[in-house]
Amino acid sequence: MEIVVNGERRTVREGTTVRTLLQDLSLPETRVAVERNRSIVRKPDFGSTEIEGGDRIEIVTFVGGG
Amino acid sequence: MDTPFAIAGKAFRSRLLVGTGKYTDYPTMVRALEASGAEIVTVAVRRVNLDRTKESLLDHIDLKKYVLLPNTAACYTADDAVRTCFLAREAGMANMVKLEVIGDEKTLFPDTEGLLAAAKTLVKEGFIVLPYTNDDPIMAKKLEDAGCAAVMPLAAPIGSGLGIRNPFNIRIIIDTVKVPVIVDAGVGTASDAAVAMELGCDGVLMNTGIAGAKDPVRMAEAMREAVSAGRKAFLSGRIPKKLYATASSPLDGTFF
Repeated sequence: MEIVVNGERRTVREGTTVRTLLQDLSLPETRVAVERNRSIVRKPDFGSTEIEGGDRIEIVTFVGGG
Repeated sequence: MDTPFAIAGKAFRSRLLVGTGKYTDYPTMVRALEASGAEIVTVAVRRVNLDRTKESLLDHIDLKKYVLLPNTAACYTADDAVRTCFLAREAGMANMVKLEVIGDEKTLFPDTEGLLAAAKTLVKEGFIVLPYTNDDPIMAKKLEDAGCAAVMPLAAPIGSGLGIRNPFNIRIIIDTVKVPVIVDAGVGTASDAAVAMELGCDGVLMNTGIAGAKDPVRMAEAMREAVSAGRKAFLSGRIPKKLYATASSPLDGTFF
């Protein structure tokens, strides 16, 4: 199924959760925050939150800034 | 003895807060942060790089040594700023934020109407809000009344290096609010930081003044010393300014 991650189209397997998406992207869970369709997914819910086709996922972290 | 610099009940040794942006490379940033003596460092919240070949900022910042202060830079609406703060809290598990709602891309002056609205929302949601605001005492008071833990008036536009353009308003802000006053933005060199502290500010926040210097590490050290010197001068009670001279040597006992 197709989803949008950080503005880029991606194809992921059915049953992908936020946790498995982060694993597929080699991203550590500790340093990121995730929004699914503009709602924050709390860290304890990463494993149980299934991603659906058409979802818009934002994965953010900290970068240099003033 | 100085009173401790405290934000929302947490005491800090350093009155200098520094940014992590604009450095040419991470090793220089790490050495500059170290030289600044800062304990609070600002960071921005952005999409992760899905290409993991690039290093990330947090690979270089020792979180045992520094408190991260996420900002809402580039947010032009209260909604975007609030959304950014929620994401920052989720990513960092901490609730202190530098709130910016920008009004105009040329000046990067704050949109204080949006700022106040965002501050009220965030305070209600349990955030410790440090707002980047104008050098406007009325707005500073409104932000304090909204529950902000400090107010951070600009010295001059972000990245301009113009120094304290309105020291009198900064003084009035210090007299007006009880929360800490931290000058944020516009500091270009060590004397600017010293002036801010001599006025009675509780702290100074800067990024470009250090990161943009030819030798950022040495400038970070200069800023640390300037903040410390300015603070000591403020606590010492400077002499009044007078138009005419007062002799320093005795007038008695002259033999000519």
